[in-house]
Amino acid sequence: MLDNVTEISMDQLAVEVWKAKQDKYRFVTMTCCDLMDAHDILYHFDKQYVLKHLRLRLPKGTALPSISTIFFAAVLVENEIKDLFGIEVTGLTIDYKGRFMLSDGAPVAPMNKAHLGIGLEIRDTTRTGTAGEAAP
Amino acid sequence: MIRRNTIPFGPQHPVLPEPIQLRLVMEDEKIIEALPAVGYVHRGLEKIAEKKDYVQDVYLAERICGICSFMHSQNYCQGIESLMNVTVPDRARYLRVVWAEVHRMHSHLLILGLLADAFGFENLFMRLWQIRELVLDIMEKTTGGRVILGVCAIGGVKRDISPDQATYILKQLDEIEHQLASVLPALVDDYSVKQRLIGVGVLSKDTAYELGAVGPVARASGVAMDLRESGYAAYGELNFKMVTDQAGDCYARTMVRIKELSTSADLVRHALAKSPAGPISTPVKGTPSGEVLARIEQPRGELNFYIKGNGTRNLERFRVRTPTFANLPPLLHMLTGCQLADVPVIAICIDPCISCTER
Repeated sequence: MLDNVTEISMDQLAVEVWKAKQDKYRFVTMTCCDLMDAHDILYHFDKQYVLKHLRLRLPKGTALPSISTIFFAAVLVENEIKDLFGIEVTGLTIDYKGRFMLSDGAPVAPMNKAHLGIGLEIRDTTRTGTAGEAAP
Repeated sequence: MIRRNTIPFGPQHPVLPEPIQLRLVMEDEKIIEALPAVGYVHRGLEKIAEKKDYVQDVYLAERICGICSFMHSQNYCQGIESLMNVTVPDRARYLRVVWAEVHRMHSHLLILGLLADAFGFENLFMRLWQIRELVLDIMEKTTGGRVILGVCAIGGVKRDISPDQATYILKQLDEIEHQLASVLPALVDDYSVKQRLIGVGVLSKDTAYELGAVGPVARASGVAMDLRESGYAAYGELNFKMVTDQAGDCYARTMVRIKELSTSADLVRHALAKSPAGPISTPVKGTPSGEVLARIEQPRGELNFYIKGNGTRNLERFRVRTPTFANLPPLLHMLTGCQLADVPVIAICIDPCISCTER
């Protein structure tokens, strides 16, 4: 389970990330989840094999401030989130303008739940049951 | 004043096993700035994972990477087991270590061979890959697969290693180490090789940590970080000793990988000797709920899977952060200020795996 999670607001983001850097945490990565009405942004840090997470609930349509000026290592994953979830990320130290992972003609924000996928993945394979049953 | 030029290095380049472009801003032969351009092999695996059953995702996870495939399925299974409070039988934990370390050996031999090829030592490349075949034979003999093993399952493993197979593995390891002893001096002591690697692509300890470097790239710069120390699977019960170096250059990264070959062989021997008899899997019922960040030490470094279950058979989110993704910012730092002729060696020395980086 995910332990050591701190819920933060947009105002606290830069302060908390800066604090993590001052406390000698290493930036591990970021995770974005689509919650339908908002995006759940998780910042993962590590120090001596102990993880620390910051959780930011970002309402849809709101821009996300980049932390790449504090942790440069975050710049690539922020560009990826911008591509795959359609979130505007402001203050990026390197801005790929939505063309980091995706190319021209690619689906827009394909990782959002509203995007069903392409090809065979449009099939609805959601079902209930327990492990051990035959796969569809 | 020297005019600046931008050179596209890749996506198709003889030294790159997979497509990635490095846009190099040059002043004469010196690199002023480097920018990676990815997206050539993005497969949307994270999206597919949400559409598949969480048991099917074991197979999907194994196919994220065509080199360290077993470790992807292992990390995924460990994450799901954590979410579902599944206790894996002791023998399965040891067997996972055996296959993971065999995988590490094949991966390290693969990149050492590619490195030799990158600086033009083709005979060494062929000899290292010839030895790698002996490692692949171990995997084929014990699982039936040479790279995609398909033996990791939620709750344990699908195959056991018989006493005869264990004897075979030990014999193969002896042969591998015997052959490496005759080949590696050409990599470790050769004057030309040292000229190509020592002092090239230097990454200091502080910069490596600051930029989030992982695996041999971080350890070669003196960052003592190897998740096997945290004791997942059966590592906590085995004699694991981390390999580090201080120089932070391409030679140090190569040395770390060479020494890790011996560490892996020792871990396999120790795991086979210490593995208890008993079941290799436990039945799993129910569906995953909650969220976890599962981590293991892959050949290239720390592999992270964020897994979020919602109580159904489909995962809410499956996010993959591979070690190569983490090593891209350090690569950009290493390239800045270097000579164009050194770019292939520096790029290969982070052991880039682009398909798993882009998923």
